[in-house]
Amino acid sequence: MGRVRAFVVSGIVLLLGRGRRRPPKRAERVVPELPPDRSAETAALVLLFVAALFAAGFIVVYAVDSLPDHTQLLGAALGLSLLCIAAAMIIVGKRLVVTEELVEPYPPEEHPGEQDLIVQLVEESGDRITRRRLFKLGLGAAGGTLGLAALAPALSFGPLFQTKYFRGTPWRKGTRLVDENSRPYRASDIEEDDFYTAFPEGTSVAAREDLGAPIVLVRLPKSLLRLPPELAGYDAAGIVAYSKICTHAGCAISMYRAPLFQPDEPRPALVCPCHYSTFDPADGGSVTFGPAGRRLPMLPLSIDSKGFLRAKGDFDDEVGPTWWGTRIWRPEP
Amino acid sequence: MKRHASIALSVAVAALSSAQGKQLYGQYCVSCHGANGQGVAHGRTIGGAPQRIQEQQTGIGPSLRGVGALAADFYLRTGYMPLHRVGDQPRRARVLFDEAQIRALVAYIASLKKGPPIPKPRPDRGSLSEGLHLFTDHCAGCHQVVAQGGVVSGALPPPLESATDVQIAEAVRIGPYVMPRFTAKAITDRQLDSIVRYVDWVKHPDNRGGWAIGDIGPVPEGLVTWFLAAALLVAICVVVGRRLRHG
Repeated sequence: MGRVRAFVVSGIVLLLGRGRRRPPKRAERVVPELPPDRSAETAALVLLFVAALFAAGFIVVYAVDSLPDHTQLLGAALGLSLLCIAAAMIIVGKRLVVTEELVEPYPPEEHPGEQDLIVQLVEESGDRITRRRLFKLGLGAAGGTLGLAALAPALSFGPLFQTKYFRGTPWRKGTRLVDENSRPYRASDIEEDDFYTAFPEGTSVAAREDLGAPIVLVRLPKSLLRLPPELAGYDAAGIVAYSKICTHAGCAISMYRAPLFQPDEPRPALVCPCHYSTFDPADGGSVTFGPAGRRLPMLPLSIDSKGFLRAKGDFDDEVGPTWWGTRIWRPEP
Repeated sequence: MKRHASIALSVAVAALSSAQGKQLYGQYCVSCHGANGQGVAHGRTIGGAPQRIQEQQTGIGPSLRGVGALAADFYLRTGYMPLHRVGDQPRRARVLFDEAQIRALVAYIASLKKGPPIPKPRPDRGSLSEGLHLFTDHCAGCHQVVAQGGVVSGALPPPLESATDVQIAEAVRIGPYVMPRFTAKAITDRQLDSIVRYVDWVKHPDNRGGWAIGDIGPVPEGLVTWFLAAALLVAICVVVGRRLRHG
């Protein structure tokens, strides 16, 4: 017990600095002597203790869950505490700590011949190397190739090596269309004025993220359909299928404009939410608005004897976003 | 006997209401939707009327036969109809009719041909998380994930903050203007309950930070903070700091 008391007392004494020896007074001051500023000191001290109070308040608010506007109180307590500390620091910096501006000239050079000596040293150190130009070439090759290696991942931005997604798709003649739960679509599932996303049957969930996999399905009244001649027969009883990937920047087309009353409302349209590229599903996916430069690739459809929707082949054009030369390659028939 | 009497009475009230509805229909709706609601395909010039622009325009409109009480209730209670100008997107506006008139008109439209009744969504039966999932799938593309509305080419998807539970359910089944229509096959009534529950929740989300800034999303909210905080810090630096004098 006595030891504990001794510890506590000595702790308090140390903390308060009682009996601390003062450093011996120097003969001459370096910092100019200014009179103490009691009021600024008091203000800074008050601010520091208020900051401590707010910080304690944060702990209290944190502990008491039942308070209303809990988050706001936490933020206010912490913010005010930091604000008080900052204010105290400003007062200390501006009013209490002695500051002065001094201009000092550069010192005179201490070792005048040293620079020439270093140049000479470097030159003489390389004396033993006889094939200097070859060395420079080696260094250049190593550094340059390393730089190219660092730049190589940038190739992933464009299709230079991985072009198979752009030229081939998982769609084949006879592939059934399934929904996100792998349930095959029947033609009767597809209703007018709604739109559906479909994937080729038998692809894994990961492969559905390939550019060529997802398609968007809509059913249009036969009277509205006006497919261009080269796409004749691509629809199945008014159901048309297009790549879900916008030909502009490769976003997923997730909006369908389905007019309730055709005569005085906009035509049906597939719309990409990224830049509002708008495609006309009745007209072979032609661009009617927005930055897309070419129409949506269309997937030919058929209905089998059991009523399931099947692909009649691959898309008529490359899927995915457009870049220079995209139209050079044709998908293999 | 008593039951027969009450049935007879309700039939009589419905008939009376329907008769009043027919009269209102003739006053406000007939020029665009045609006599007996069969629609007007080839427009003819119509004049001004309440809540319509006061100039001559060509009246055309879809058939109302078979749209049922559902569509009539939706369009009248949102103020979508009467339309300000033929061909415009219907927008939320002052409701022109009082409760009795709406009931009468709805009864008349419903009596034209058998159609869907007014839905009765039960958001308490729905699940909020399923609602978020379904809303993201089917609705957020146009209405934004917090149902604040947006822009599509050719139309302005409205914000849903003033849409009632019944109106949300009706809109899903109708697909007003260029909105897709979702049948009970695409979105079941139970799923619709979840969607309604989600939209109800999103009208008053728990804003833990306190200041929602219009629920425009975390990135713009963060930007607002940065611009306010950065400006404040620069201002404080200017006040506190002092320029060095170069001698």
